[in-house]
This record gives sequence, C-alpha cells and structure tokens, in this order.
Amino acid sequence: MAKMVELERLEKHFRISKSVFETSRRVVRAVDQVSFSIEEGEIVGLVGESGSGKTTLARVLLSLTKMTGGNAMIDGVDLSKPTKKDLKKLRREIAVVFQDPASNLNPRQTVESSIMRPMIIHGVPRAEAREKAKEVLDMVKMDQRYLDSFPHQLSGGQLQRIAIARALALSPKIMILDEPTSALDVSVQAQILNLLLDLQEKMHLTYLVITHDLNVIRYISDKIAVMYLGKLVEFGPTDEVTEHPKHPYTKGLMDAAPILDPRLRGRAKELMKGDPGSLINLGTGCRFFARCKYATPECEKEDPEILNVGNGHQVACIHPLKMEA
Amino acid sequence: MKETLLSLKHLSIDYKIKGGYLSAVNDVNLDICPGEIFAVVGESGCGKSTVAHSIMRLLSGGNAKIEGKILFDGRTLMDCSEKEMESVRGKEIGMIFQNPLDSLNPVYTVGNQVGEAIMLDKVEKQEAMRRAIELFQNVKMPDAKERAGSFPHELSGGMRQRVMIAMMLSRNPRLLIADEPTTALDVTIEAQILEIIKELKEQSNTAILMITHNFGLVAEAADKIAVMYAGEVVESGDVFEIFERPMHPYTTLLMKALPRKTKREGRLETIEGSVPRILDKKPGCRFANRCPYAAELCRNRTPGETMVSETHRCRCFLVSGEHPSKWKEA
Amino acid sequence: MRGRGKAKETLQACLKNGDFMVGFAILLSVFLVAIFAEQIAPYGYTEQLVGGKFSPPSSEFWFGTDELGRDVFSRVVAGTRITLWVAFIGATLELLLGVTVGLICGYFGKWIDRIFSFLTDLTWCIPGTILALAVVTLLGKGLTNSVIAISLVSWASYARPVRAKTMSLKNMAFVETGTAFGESSFSLMFRYILPNVVPSLIVMVSMSLPATILSTTTLSFLGLGSQAPSPDWGLALSIGITYIVNAPWLSIFPGIALVYTVLGFNLLGEGLRDILDPHMKSQ
Repeated sequence: MAKMVELERLEKHFRISKSVFETSRRVVRAVDQVSFSIEEGEIVGLVGESGSGKTTLARVLLSLTKMTGGNAMIDGVDLSKPTKKDLKKLRREIAVVFQDPASNLNPRQTVESSIMRPMIIHGVPRAEAREKAKEVLDMVKMDQRYLDSFPHQLSGGQLQRIAIARALALSPKIMILDEPTSALDVSVQAQILNLLLDLQEKMHLTYLVITHDLNVIRYISDKIAVMYLGKLVEFGPTDEVTEHPKHPYTKGLMDAAPILDPRLRGRAKELMKGDPGSLINLGTGCRFFARCKYATPECEKEDPEILNVGNGHQVACIHPLKMEA
Repeated sequence: MKETLLSLKHLSIDYKIKGGYLSAVNDVNLDICPGEIFAVVGESGCGKSTVAHSIMRLLSGGNAKIEGKILFDGRTLMDCSEKEMESVRGKEIGMIFQNPLDSLNPVYTVGNQVGEAIMLDKVEKQEAMRRAIELFQNVKMPDAKERAGSFPHELSGGMRQRVMIAMMLSRNPRLLIADEPTTALDVTIEAQILEIIKELKEQSNTAILMITHNFGLVAEAADKIAVMYAGEVVESGDVFEIFERPMHPYTTLLMKALPRKTKREGRLETIEGSVPRILDKKPGCRFANRCPYAAELCRNRTPGETMVSETHRCRCFLVSGEHPSKWKEA
Repeated sequence: MRGRGKAKETLQACLKNGDFMVGFAILLSVFLVAIFAEQIAPYGYTEQLVGGKFSPPSSEFWFGTDELGRDVFSRVVAGTRITLWVAFIGATLELLLGVTVGLICGYFGKWIDRIFSFLTDLTWCIPGTILALAVVTLLGKGLTNSVIAISLVSWASYARPVRAKTMSLKNMAFVETGTAFGESSFSLMFRYILPNVVPSLIVMVSMSLPATILSTTTLSFLGLGSQAPSPDWGLALSIGITYIVNAPWLSIFPGIALVYTVLGFNLLGEGLRDILDPHMKSQ
C-alpha cells in the first residue's frame, strides 16, 4: 500500500511573545519530533489530552500553520517547502471537518453556497458545481431541500453532515476529522460515525481522526497514535494499543476512559495523578516523567526515542510495559 | 427499604412560549436515597437540566409553570419561602456545574472563597481557612496549601472543578447535584473527579444526582439511572439491570448506538428522525414517531409507568402488555 | 426560503421592539421633513424681516423670528437636511476607515496590527473635540471639513470592535476550513468575516451617529463648522445663546430638534442591538 502521509521528526515550535515591545526567546514545542505514517485507505486515530499538540499537528497537515522542522510528505508533496502548485494540490486533496457543528459553516451563507465554494475556488464551473453539490448532499443522506437553508435553521447532526458534504466536494484523498462527533448526542454520533465509515469504504479515503473519546477511536480506527505534550508516545494497530499499551501514559489514558458497561467498573485501574502539565518549561528528559509511576532517574535526563517493538507497534519509553499475562 | 431523601412526584414543567406551552418536563417520578449516585441521562433538550434546576428552584423567570411535588427530606421545596430556600441551597443541597469558571468569583483566591462558604456556618476565619485547606486535600488538590492562594484563572479546569466540589462539601450537603460535572474536562481528569464523587458517596453518605449525556460516566459510577426522552423518564431503575436488559425501545436503541465494539463487528444502531417539540401536551407516547414498534395505540394514549421489577420502571405499552404485538427480546 | 425566513424573523422582532419602533417613527418624521422641507417651510430660510426681528412664537411664526427677522421654524426645517447629511457622510467615512483598519488588524495581526492599533490608541488618547479642532484648523472652516475632522477622530470607535470581532471570527472553524480549501485572504476577509460583522456594525452605526451629529454641532457652535447664513442647528444655537434671555426661542427650537433627532437614532440603535445582537444585551 502506498503511504499517504509520512511524517519524519515533524516539528512545530512557537515563539511566545510577552508583550508588544518584547519578543521573548522562549519556545513552545507544540509538536516535537513526531514520526509516523498513514497508509492509503487507513483510518488513524489521534488521541491525547488538551495541550498534547494533536490539533496543532492537524493544522500543520492542513497547511494552516507552517512546520518548523523535520519532514512531511503528503501524497508525494513535500510540506516543508511547497510550491504554489503543490499547495493548490494539497488544498484539493486534504479536507477537514471540525468539532463544533455551529461554527463549521459560514452563518451568512446558504448550505448550497457553502458546499459550492471550494469547487468555485478550484475552477469548477458554476453549473457543474451546483450539480456536484446535490450529489454530495445525497452522499451524506441529506435531502436537497436543505440547499437553500441557512446554518441556524439546522440541527447539530445536519450541520455536521453538511460539513462532511462540503469536505467531499473536491473529491479529496485525505480527510482530517477534528473531534467530529464530540458535540453530538449519542444517537446522532452513531449516525455520523456510520456515515464516515461508509464513505471511507466507498471512496477509499484516508482518515486522520482526532478525538479524546477512546470508545469512538476504538470503534472507528485501524491504528492509534497517542500524543503527550507534543510528543508521539505510542503508535500502532488499534487492538495492540488498546489491549496491550506499552507506554505508561497510554495505559493511564486507557484506564481513565470510561467503559460503557457497568459490569466492568470494578476492573483494575491505575489512575494517573496530576494535570496534563504545560508545554512551557519542559525539561530535557521524558515529558511524562513527572506523572509516571515507573520513572527512574535516567527518564529525567534522557528523552526516549520512539522505537519499534514488533507488530507495527512503536513506543517512546525507556521502560515499556511488559505484556500482561 | 432505605429512606428516600429526595423525591419527585409527577413533576411537570411547562414553559410559556409564543403559541402555547412547551412541555419541557412531564410527569417525572424519581426517588433518591442517601449514599446513592442517581444519574439522569438523556440527549440534549430532553429536560434533564430543567429537572435539576427546578429542584434548586433556579428556573428563571415567571414563565415556567411547575406542577407536581418536590419532596426533600419530607419537606415540599416548592412551598418554601425564598428565605428558607436560601438555607436549603448550599447547606442541604449543593450543586456543581459544567463550567466551574462561571461559578467562581475571579477576584478572590479560591481558598478565600471556600473559607467564606464555611464561615456562613458561623465558623471563625482562621478555623475556616484551616478547614478549606483540609477540604482541598480531601478533593486531592495537588499542593493544597499553595493552591488555596491561587485565583480561579490560575487553575486548570480539573482543579477548578475540585475547588467547586470542595466548596460544596464545606457545608456537608446531604444532596449534591452535579450538572455535567466533567463535560469540559479531559478523560484522565474526568476519572479523577469521578473518584472523588464516589468517595464522597461512600464516606459521607451523600446522595448525588448526576445530570449527564455521557453514558460512560453512568456505566462507571451510577447506582441508579433514569433515561429521559423529550421531557419524560422513559425508563429508570438499577443501572446494571438497565444496561443489561433495557426494555424501552428508545433505551434499547440507544444502548446499541453506543460505540462499544469495533467497526469489524458491524455498524452502530441509529435512531431515525428527531426529537419532537411538545407543545400543549397531547396524549400519545413521545417516542412514537421514531419507534420501530409504534402502533395505533402508542399515538393515541400516553403510556404509564410499569414496574418491570422491584428496581426497574418503564414507560411503554410493550412492557405493560397493552401493545398488540409481543415484546421481542432484542 | 433562501434567507427570507431569517429576514421575516428579524422584521417581526423589529415590529415587536418598542425602542426600535419609536426610534424608527422619530427618524421617519425627520426624514420626511428633510425631503419635503421646501413644501413644509412657509418661508425661505434666508428670507429676512418676514415678521420683524425677535418676534416671539405666534400663530403666524410658530417658532418666532430671529435677530435678522428670519422665520425660525423655516430655518429649523431646512436644518434637518444638514443634520442628516452630516449623519450620512460621517457614518460613511467612519465606517470606511474603521472597518478597513479593524479588518486588516484583526486578520493579519503581527506588526500590521501593532502599528494600526497604536494609531487607534493614539486617537483615543487625545480628547476628541480638541483633535477635531486641530484638524478643522488644518483643513479650513466649513461643514464638510468638520464632518471629515470628526470622522478622522472617531473612526477608532469602529476599528476596535471590528478588530476584536475579526480576531475571534478568524479562529472559527468555517474560516479555518475556508483557508484549508484555498480561499484567498481577501476572500476570507470580505466573504467570510465581514458579513458576520455587519449585524454588530449596524448597531454600532446607529449608536455612534448621535455622537457624530453632536460633535459636528459642537464645531458649528464654536464657529468652525457651518457658516452663516446656513440654517445649521449648531450655528443657530451658538447665535441664539447671545439672546437667550430676551429671545429664548432662537435656541430652544433648534435645540429641541437636535435632541429629537439624536433621541431617534439612540432608540433605533438600542432596539437594533436587542434584535440583532442578543449577546450584547445579556452582558
């Protein structure tokens, strides 16, 4: 299978300014040395707490913000120094759906013009774009009578469908879904997840799904990438990562995630202490050091590299957890 | 049987809006005992928050019409004067919300705010501050002493929610209403807050009414649940019973809509259609327009509550046996 | 449907809003007077000695006559046009400057924002009237120049909220999505952000117009705006003040007209704010 997205030591560092007259030398390493790849037609789930850098990573892939180091190839385009033509190609091939249904669409535009807009920009003739708008609306199982509606007249689930329809308008290869169902109710969430899976299978799309809901990730994704404070700490096939987490952080995350079955509430859980921590004033060692119960002095000094541990499973930890019997 | 602490009897709340009365809550019956976590779950707009706010008499404006009874420890809260209510709020019933930042005063340190709450019970200032720090330790606030001197905006979301819980605990309420207490928090923090709530129930025998849309929380912590749909409790009772053997078609479908499997095991169940807005109550089951089993009867008569077992109530003709077709075990 | 649903909703909300309706009625009457000024006014506003100097209000001269024997009523009626002209030009200039600067600052941020925000802050730091006086002195006396001066002073009151709103809109998902599928900066500013600022702009305009009118009146009062024999209300007030003891009607009637018009704009603004920007109301 072809590699759709290939990240190699991807970095996004911000310089933070304190006031108007002073630019400080402090640097926030929001995404630091992240390497993983997504194969064509694969669904990768990206999880982590707030501040883990998952949204920044998505913004880098969407060319909404420039990367500051490393390499990133998306469908053969080098993201580190894209030409105008490259950028145009990328903007066609990567589509995005954000979390909040209410702000995903321009409140002052009709559904039809919202969906047509990406096509108009990329030079599709109006009449053709109008036809395609009907087609994609059909693909997300929405009636054509909604073409003339404004966002405020629609429900959260409908808005999210339309955002997906717009994303499909340019027949993208990759879709980045940033918490696509977090703001929705359970029954609507199920509809949207099913729709996303149907579309992915039918059109052989590649998804990067960002969410904090591990139940959703477990359901939808083929592989899971776990981020902590800008670092990729674990990456691998979904079953591997959820059932045999190797990184203490992943383990803590899995244990903390509520399981939708009261009979399992008595299961052994190791709850992590403390807050996710901050990207400011990071030491040189493992970023999880302060919260890790297995930490040794060397963890404080040395920042672990991400290493292969078999079965396509990678982990960045000096003392990876042993598989439980 | 245990003594009931809070009991809602035939609680109905209607909002006067243009064109009639919007039925936000209809004929809700709940009994909550001390030392029990009772979760009211439902999708947005089902009326779960309205129920919670009506207990505290926090429904704003004069356009809400409330019928039925709210009994707290044998007292009818609706007949209490505003002054009596003030002594009930905080002292007897505490409440925490989704966004603790809105509930904390930005210009006082959090220690000060919790101390103030303690001083309401005529405790000396120094003693109150000492107890505030103790409470911070109880809710597992890291560096409790130092944190007491912080202002709300200096704390993370999880820490703020801890402050709110500490403030509520300061007066030892017998009932704590938690309205979406962890919705804005990360899962790891959510799990920590949930632990605190569970401890609270076990150690102080506090009753907890948890309002949430998150079935994960319910499965992890609740003892009893009430599933609300369009203003009505469609099914209520023991959490294990309802997760294992849901009887109402809505609950049944909802349980199958939860992402509990992987995509290889098939697609999730969905519920077609949308929640109706009930204007000027009419007879009929409120789920009838989306229910795969709906019959003529369901559209014309409102089903009453049937006792499925001692600890399980359901509002459906399929369960009461009045429905023409037999209830298939799904 | 196509937007008609929302327009209808807004219209219904307008009809129900008392402030809006009263303000609207007041302004409608002012507009009608301005349009039919020639028909309404019994005399020309420069026609002298129609009833002698300083004759008090009577059935013939409703508002009396002034120091040159001109009909005050006719002059007040003619002054309506000037006031509305000031409101129109002032609003246009202030909007053009304020919205452009606000959008650019909010959208591009960084050094552009720093420079323009500094300018904006600067105009806030100097008392408006004094700055306007300086500008008029530079440009020369006259009504149009004084309106330009006022606009140069008060555009900042638009730039700031527009900048803030732009900054928050810029981070909204639909703008990010637009960027992600390749919208140009120009298109993002004018197609995505600006239309969403318009509702609050309408409110801001109707709220700040009274200030513009009053400031221009002040300049005319100080002798830097309209020059005699213009029927400008501010000028009339300034002359009337000399005779306030013996012939109060010279200043009272233009004054009432001014208050009436400004009140109209204020009420309309309050009403519109409640209708279009429910969030601001709750704050």
